[in-house]
Amino acid sequence: MTPEEKTIRPGRMHYCPVCGHAIAQRIIGEVMDELGIRTRTIGTAPVGCAVLLYDYFNCDIIECPHGRIPAVATGIKRMQPEKIVFTYGGDGDLLSIGLAETIHCANRGENITMFFINNAVYGMTGGQMAPTTLIGQKTITTPEGRIAATTGAPLRICEMLKTLVRPVYIERVAVHDAHHVERTRQAIRKAFLNQINGNGFSFVEILSMCPTYWRMGGKDACQFVGNEMMSYYPIEKFRDASE
Amino acid sequence: MEREKTLVMGNVAMAEAAIRAGCRFYAGYPITPQNEVSEYLAKRLPEAGGVFVQAESELAAINMVFGAASTGARAMTSSSSPGISLMQEAISYLAAAQIPCLIANIMRGGPGLGNIQGAQADYFQATRGGGHGDYRLIVLAPWSVQEMYDLTIRAFELGDHYRNPVMLLADGILGQMAEAIEFREPAKKKPVLKEWALTGCAGRKPNVIRTLYLKEKDALEEKNMELKAKYEKITSELQLSETRFGDDAEIGVIAYGTPARIAHSAVKQAREAGVKVGLFRPITLWPFPALELRKLAACCRKLLVVEMSQGQMIEDVRLARIPATEVDPKIEFLGRGGGWYPKPKELLAKILEIAKS
Repeated sequence: MTPEEKTIRPGRMHYCPVCGHAIAQRIIGEVMDELGIRTRTIGTAPVGCAVLLYDYFNCDIIECPHGRIPAVATGIKRMQPEKIVFTYGGDGDLLSIGLAETIHCANRGENITMFFINNAVYGMTGGQMAPTTLIGQKTITTPEGRIAATTGAPLRICEMLKTLVRPVYIERVAVHDAHHVERTRQAIRKAFLNQINGNGFSFVEILSMCPTYWRMGGKDACQFVGNEMMSYYPIEKFRDASE
Repeated sequence: MEREKTLVMGNVAMAEAAIRAGCRFYAGYPITPQNEVSEYLAKRLPEAGGVFVQAESELAAINMVFGAASTGARAMTSSSSPGISLMQEAISYLAAAQIPCLIANIMRGGPGLGNIQGAQADYFQATRGGGHGDYRLIVLAPWSVQEMYDLTIRAFELGDHYRNPVMLLADGILGQMAEAIEFREPAKKKPVLKEWALTGCAGRKPNVIRTLYLKEKDALEEKNMELKAKYEKITSELQLSETRFGDDAEIGVIAYGTPARIAHSAVKQAREAGVKVGLFRPITLWPFPALELRKLAACCRKLLVVEMSQGQMIEDVRLARIPATEVDPKIEFLGRGGGWYPKPKELLAKILEIAKS
């Protein structure tokens, strides 16, 4: 495979050091190469730090309005059922402004592959609270740490989607160490294969680092995923109806 | 030979026209007075090999249309005033990304939840942009059930031709009214090649549909200039209107949609009473048919604008008068919001009153 034929374009990504976006996107690209689906894949770019996804992915991409990724993807897949449609979005996009779209898309069982990056903070706008911000976690809009009494508790989307009948595959993974990166790769492969085989809706939540807006070094950020995040967001395969 | 006609509601005429125009995707959320569209398409669209989706909201519906139309398919949604308000963000994106599609607004009374009677109070929203940023929709205004059908087909053709979203703007009366119409087959035209469409990048470079221009210097300014040039082209090529009894008119009645139909009756009655009155009805609301209006206005001493609103199109009538014609007719207005429509008698009385003054 020549560099031009690869899904991830050569060159640097703009993400901060240790940011999970770069890792997650590389794995998605590598799995697409492995499955040989680049030229029949249509991806969606979110609003947020990953909006420039189309600079890195060498395939057809549409940039979606904030929160509407699952709706846009539904329209694409219904008109191009033979193509592979993946979505990529963060906690603001899928769990806050677009929670209704996420749940209804899953509930319809659209035959698409959704990747959800959970880094517990809003990165692009400068570090505000996300629906997934942990209790006690400091952000610029929770300066004393998140308090459930006034801001609610962090949303666990995989657990919510598990209550639905239609999704065929729901798994939460992480990218903070080599072991979990490998498990993430397997989950991403599975999520694509489900679509290729016409099984239905697949959802992979990826716990991810944001050292910049967590105000910590890279090593601490990786440990934050492995300790704090994973104790609230357990690494688990919630549904695998394809096996 | 008498052509076959079918008695059909405006909403159904539009839905059938969409299918015959090759529309293969519809997403919508229920709202009165346009529910017949989704009822009809839920059955007919799958029969025609298309996809019908009842969306979870108007936000989702218009974004599903964004996705479907981005693949090059002909796609549409329909709603009524409050629902169309919810779609404005995505309509701005559709205009920015230059994705052709049809958005039908079967207008009801507003503001707020308003009521479910027909109205024309969304004229500003449709013709001025509605969503954020500098953009325009092509806005078509039918005045009969036959035109609900014909202009729907035209809307898809114009959308593809100019690579722009199109709005069909009809009051609820037109949606609910039944008339005998001809289901004319659309003329066979060579389909517009959509090289920008998302279909997978086999054998070509990847296509990207985006509206963010963050990194490249002056890129957004250039994008705006590109859109401006297109809007100017549309404005010069697509001013559609109809003038009746215009040749010797001293009074010009200006209306679109249902008020134009009612005005037509009133104008005919006033003519029988010896009043020299003509009717001008815009068919494109954007671009507003200023050139044709000026021709009528040049011989009129008075203009009467009739709208099912507190007066919105009247601003375009005033703007169309620049540069001023030789005579400078006084512009009068008859209209109210909230579900009111002009009765022929009331409109005739107004014309006679103006004729006397």
